[in-house]
Amino acid sequence: MRSSRKLVVGALGAVAALVLAACGGGNAAGGGTSSGGAPANGVSNPSDQTGGTLRYANSGDWDSLDPADTYYAYSWNFARLYGRSLVMFKAAPGADGATLVPDLAETLGVPSDNAKTWTYKLRKGVKFEDGTVVTSKDVKYAVERSLDKTTFPNGPTYFNDALDLQGYESPYKDTSPGKLGLKAVETPDDQTIVFHLKSSFSGFDYFAQLPATMPVPQAKDTGSKYKEHVVSTGPYMFQTNELGKQFTMVRNPNWDQATDPNRKPLPDQIQVALNVNADDIDNRLQSGDLDVSIEGTGVGPAAQGKILADPTLKAQTDSAVVARLWYAAINSDVAPLNNADCRKAIEFAADKTGYQRAYGGSTGGDVASNLLPPVIPGAEKFDTYASNGNTGDIDKAKQALTACGQPNGFKTSISYRAERPKEKAVAESLQQSLARAGIQTDLKPYPSGDYFKLYAGKPDFAKSNGLGVMITGWGADWPDGYGFLAQIVDSRVIRATGGNTNLSVKDPAVDQLIDKALQTTDTPTREKVWVDIDKKVMDDAYILPGIWAKGLLYRPKTLTNVFITDGFQMYDYLALGTTRK
Amino acid sequence: MLVYIVRRLLAAVLLLLIVTAATFLIFFVLPRIGGATVDDLASRYVGKSGSAADIHAIAVKLGFTDPIWVQYGRFLAGLFVGADYSTGPTTVHCDAPCIGYSFINQNAVLPELLDRLPVTLSIAVGAAVLWLLGGVAVGVLSALRRGTVFDRAAMSIALAGVSLPIFFTGLLCLAVFSYALGITAPGGSFTPIEDNPLKWAYDLILPWITLAFLNAAGYARLTRAGMLDTMNEDYIRTARAKGLPERTVVVKHGLRSALTPILTIFGLDLGLLLGGAILTESTYSLPGIGKYAIDAIVSNDLPKVLGVVLIGSIFIILANLVVDLLYAVIDPRVRLS
Amino acid sequence: MSPQAFLDVRDLRVHFPTDDGVVKSVDGLSFQLERGKRLGIVGESGSGKSVTSLSIMGLHKQGAARISGEIWVDGTELVSADPETVRKLRGKTMAMIFQDPLSAMHPYYSVGHQIVEAYRLHHDVSKSAARKRAVALLDRVGIPQAATRFDDYPHTFSGGMRQRAMIAMALSCDPDLLIADEPTTALDVTVQAQILDLIVDLQKDFNSAVIIITHDLGVVAELADDILVMYGGRAVEYGTAREVFASPQHPYTWGLLGSMPRIDRERTERLLPIPGSPPSLINVPSGCAFHPRCRWADRTGGRSQSERPELRGGSHLVACHLSDEERSAIFAEEIGPKL
Repeated sequence: MRSSRKLVVGALGAVAALVLAACGGGNAAGGGTSSGGAPANGVSNPSDQTGGTLRYANSGDWDSLDPADTYYAYSWNFARLYGRSLVMFKAAPGADGATLVPDLAETLGVPSDNAKTWTYKLRKGVKFEDGTVVTSKDVKYAVERSLDKTTFPNGPTYFNDALDLQGYESPYKDTSPGKLGLKAVETPDDQTIVFHLKSSFSGFDYFAQLPATMPVPQAKDTGSKYKEHVVSTGPYMFQTNELGKQFTMVRNPNWDQATDPNRKPLPDQIQVALNVNADDIDNRLQSGDLDVSIEGTGVGPAAQGKILADPTLKAQTDSAVVARLWYAAINSDVAPLNNADCRKAIEFAADKTGYQRAYGGSTGGDVASNLLPPVIPGAEKFDTYASNGNTGDIDKAKQALTACGQPNGFKTSISYRAERPKEKAVAESLQQSLARAGIQTDLKPYPSGDYFKLYAGKPDFAKSNGLGVMITGWGADWPDGYGFLAQIVDSRVIRATGGNTNLSVKDPAVDQLIDKALQTTDTPTREKVWVDIDKKVMDDAYILPGIWAKGLLYRPKTLTNVFITDGFQMYDYLALGTTRK
Repeated sequence: MLVYIVRRLLAAVLLLLIVTAATFLIFFVLPRIGGATVDDLASRYVGKSGSAADIHAIAVKLGFTDPIWVQYGRFLAGLFVGADYSTGPTTVHCDAPCIGYSFINQNAVLPELLDRLPVTLSIAVGAAVLWLLGGVAVGVLSALRRGTVFDRAAMSIALAGVSLPIFFTGLLCLAVFSYALGITAPGGSFTPIEDNPLKWAYDLILPWITLAFLNAAGYARLTRAGMLDTMNEDYIRTARAKGLPERTVVVKHGLRSALTPILTIFGLDLGLLLGGAILTESTYSLPGIGKYAIDAIVSNDLPKVLGVVLIGSIFIILANLVVDLLYAVIDPRVRLS
Repeated sequence: MSPQAFLDVRDLRVHFPTDDGVVKSVDGLSFQLERGKRLGIVGESGSGKSVTSLSIMGLHKQGAARISGEIWVDGTELVSADPETVRKLRGKTMAMIFQDPLSAMHPYYSVGHQIVEAYRLHHDVSKSAARKRAVALLDRVGIPQAATRFDDYPHTFSGGMRQRAMIAMALSCDPDLLIADEPTTALDVTVQAQILDLIVDLQKDFNSAVIIITHDLGVVAELADDILVMYGGRAVEYGTAREVFASPQHPYTWGLLGSMPRIDRERTERLLPIPGSPPSLINVPSGCAFHPRCRWADRTGGRSQSERPELRGGSHLVACHLSDEERSAIFAEEIGPKL
């Protein structure tokens, strides 16, 4: 996922942690033994009560409210309140929430031509907030405009990559009648839309749930200004929008429950405050002045300590396991890590408990032994480099070193993002644990903003600076094998120009398996292929998995229908209601 | 006098040019020294998944492919005649003075700045009045009661005020007074003064007090030192010799002189603060220029940074000018012949 | 005992406790002054002249000085009085002008304003009436274009004009006692004479008692009716100006006179400086404070070291252990010819 704005949270929180944790008494933040709140597998505070105003706060700001230009998980979760995409993640707790259900479309996509063509039929009677009827052309227009990365640079590029664009750039440069010149998307009639892909892709429904498929009325499209008032197809529409400060939403009178089996909108009004101090958000949640912290990453370290120490507060928390892996990439461009056994030595020598401690102990996450987080449907847990208590196996490490011709160890560098204290802690922990096997390392911090563009993510730089181990993290764009693995293990996405998320995995066998998965339309079979990919990458020892992240979410007593959905690994925003008037 | 003011204003314009040019240089040249290309810079403003072509298109759109002096010239031209920007389907004209459009979210910078200015002004002016009055009062009393318990206590509290960071005291105050006791406004509250002056003041009480507490210390110590100095002057003895009551001697004769350097510093402090009370705004989630500045810097958003730099510089320059003029008004010895 | 004179100082002692010891700035001083008369207090730096005047005015910081003795001004005893009483007398009954008129006047207020301030403090009049009075005073002290100069600031005046303005300020309320502390020390010689004339002139107008404090014998020669010579916080000689100049009694006075350059005599011999340095006021020499520097101390048979000499005599008082005859003899032989 995108970089969560932990910079500001971390800096402020770390200092305030001392006092606020002391106020809470008991275990200070980061205690390794305290477990998180009650794991969520059901709905807390179920209720049908309608009315009231639901208050959200964001410690930062949206990249954009425009569905074509946004890439945050919480934004995709929230967008379903004002937009309907072709399909969507079901608003249901747990694993059920990771399944796709049709939203604007009547059914999930129908593949043909070996999954190179996908057809959707739209429901009848869906309208925009002004009463205009939604047609398939509005969906096509929405997809077309999302291709324009100059006007909308923030959104994902799945459609750019998958559709056969034939040189199509943007509807704003489109001279064809109705600006619907993209041939890769067809609209034979007002209810039907057909996508033609460049190559087979079995998981296209995951593309269809992207906010980019939420219809946009061309007559009201103001390009980069559209985000100031997005025209709604969902149960709520925008009332006020003060950029950078806050916005409010009210019920959309033209949303028809009859066309929407997925939503049961309870509150009458929604308020979202932006750029609110992160620690203040946590305090307000506890005092009842706020209902939801919208980023869904959980309370900060200062509040964690206080909440976990108080049983009443602890009872109002939910532990969300996120589809996010914090890990270290092992760079085969840097000698002697071109030899697989040398890489395996690192896998054996690393102390995973230190990794976990760096992220705040068990509330920060669970020790990861492979790549796919357990929340991914079909994921299997296995441990290729098992050790007692996850502290590392020095004997096996030394054996691996001998096998790769470095019996006395070797020297290399560990890179991390300078503004992230947790990554620094990980680097230091690895430095110590690897040293036990004779692997000497020095630490190299780089600025977060350009970490992927210019430093660790730029192959030439990483190689010439000897970055053998690169601390990083990755969160799935959506919870399935492709959404999680494709960007980090496919060697073909590696760009010499930098900006890479795949920092180290280069295995043609893995690439082939990926292609196989893309063409397998049967879901359980496909899920097994992704597990095979997971195993192969671990065998190659290109990645040292650290922890699967967890967030401690806090819900006030007045919040109803609270559950964590595996679709976004945070509270589902479609279901929430409030008992406050 | 008029000539003097005009000269200073011209110098101010020159200074603004230098400051904005320096910002440009820092933004463009420093990464180049680190080996970054134009496309590398542009990639900051594209989502992670941008292809090389996308990134280059952004670089062109943002004007990075032109030489730095051309870009700077464009910026200057924008200040005088405005500029045109494409929103996609339409072209929109940004009226002069146009500072530009944000690289990150394509919002026009100047309206955002102006929108946030009242917030920063409210915070700065309110707190400044408080700390000036408070600091000076404590300083005077401390000077008059030098060495007593009051003096020592006041100076210690002042030291505490300066040492405690505002994101600590601020969050603590919010937690105690706003959420636990419910007597002050929660974070993020701001009401424009024209809507409801009472609520405007009520919302800002905590930010004012915490910010004032931070600064009052310096002023208390300054005033104390200044008063101790001044009260030793000969003209104080003369004032007493005339039979003036002690209070008149202290205030009219002593404080009046001691205040001069304090007013100078006050003007400069206020000028600085108007450029953005960064920590206060972050702690209390108030949408002012300071918060805007942080966001701009963290996201490498040059137009926003330029806007903030311009506003901050203007305030500091104005403050310097006003302070210099004020000095001449207060102290007749300084007046230009 | 009720006071005899308008200003009656009896056994004034002003001691300052410090970390190094008690500084005895004034240690048993007595003198008197009538209205219409001028007293010159002479002595070197540290002799206690200014401290005395500040004590009369009550300008010592509360708690900094330990003052004992009596100071009677027009029937009111000031040492035992509460500060408010003394304050009410300041400016109205007794006024003071200081050595450096530039630092003694507030730089931010106009000269006229500062005069008016003093005046309106003690008289309930309108601003314009006070202004008229101030302008008249400025005129009286010899400042040309007084009406315009009223609004000018102290730093725009020349030294002499500034001192005149200060005098105007001091006299604005017709004080009965005027203390001038080194009024001409900071001024040019040519201006000095004018200022001194002015003081004499004004005294005739107001019939005030005037104290002139100075280390400059030339000034007292001009002005003083009586002279009080101070040394080490004590009075050593006290008499009329004629008496003191014609037949100085105390060896210290001889030293002062001898070390004065004179243009009306031929320079035949070198000046006679007083050997030694001023005494420490913390550890004042025992007995006669002057004895370590006195060439004739050994003639007192040890009394100058053990016993403090009293101020005695008829109208011309001196504090010295030598007998009158001895002193006359010494004066005739050694001192007189050289003066």
